[in-house]
Amino acid sequence: MTKSDPVRLISVVLTLLAVAVIGLLLAWAVFTLPEQAVGLSSMVSDRMPESGVNAEVTAILLNFRSYDTLLELVVLLVALLGAWYLGKMHLSPEDTKPGLVLEGLVRFLVPVMILVTGYILWLGSHAAGGAFQAGALLAGAGVLMLVVSREKLPLRDSIQLRILLVAGPAVFTLVAGALVLVDKPMLQYPRQYAGSLILLIEAASTLTIGITLTLLFAGGRPHRGD
Amino acid sequence: MNQPIWYALIATALFCIGLAGLVINRHLLRRILAINVMSTGVFLMFVALAGRTGALPDPVPLAMVLTGLVVSVSATALALVLIVRIQHLHGCVEFPEDDA
Repeated sequence: MTKSDPVRLISVVLTLLAVAVIGLLLAWAVFTLPEQAVGLSSMVSDRMPESGVNAEVTAILLNFRSYDTLLELVVLLVALLGAWYLGKMHLSPEDTKPGLVLEGLVRFLVPVMILVTGYILWLGSHAAGGAFQAGALLAGAGVLMLVVSREKLPLRDSIQLRILLVAGPAVFTLVAGALVLVDKPMLQYPRQYAGSLILLIEAASTLTIGITLTLLFAGGRPHRGD
Repeated sequence: MNQPIWYALIATALFCIGLAGLVINRHLLRRILAINVMSTGVFLMFVALAGRTGALPDPVPLAMVLTGLVVSVSATALALVLIVRIQHLHGCVEFPEDDA
């Protein structure tokens, strides 16, 4: 701290005062809200038969507002590209040995996590679940393996890895483009194929999200390898 | 006072804690943590106010929060990578003083 303490103290007090004013304004805004709101629930439940799935959140994410989700996958890719070009993957040195308990636990947990990833992906069609939850779980498995040992998850900068990293947005964009080719508005799925298209997009997105988050945890691009 | 409003007030408090932390702290890691506390407050606000529709919560804000969570995780990760880079280049991760 280079500034003299009184100046620092005054600035902290002023900040706290300003934040308190903002907090009071926000609380006032909350209190003036109506206690019951109509929301968009009825609109969503009216259109559910067209969506191809039975879960409302999945229907919104992958059908009613799929443009948002597509761009979100692109945001994820852009964040990864930033990390990719800023630094190399750096993890604990190779000679650190994980404890027996951790290694045994990971050996047991990772297959289970991959199974549950598939289940949650499937669950997204009719209950809480879907690509993002499944992808987060997959990333959890990847992070666990990275923490235990870098040999457990041999991430190499290869063409296969790069294909997996763009699979989600690529499949999404291909579906959107194909719909335009058959004279449909972009991302407005035909009713009889909606369920399958959503599952296809979600499956690709799960892989992409899982691997992207694992790489973001690792903090940069992996070493080159073929 | 019903439950959604109560949770919305907690969300307001979280947002303010994060905002104060963001302004007061000079360490970049703490600033990222503060931004995350702020965004948690925003997400909680969305989820809380979605509960005002009656028996079942409004699914649209829930879907938006799910989207926001992923964006916030990836933005945080990118910020952390930037911090590592700054540490590598300058050897410190403090935000510089104005009169330095």
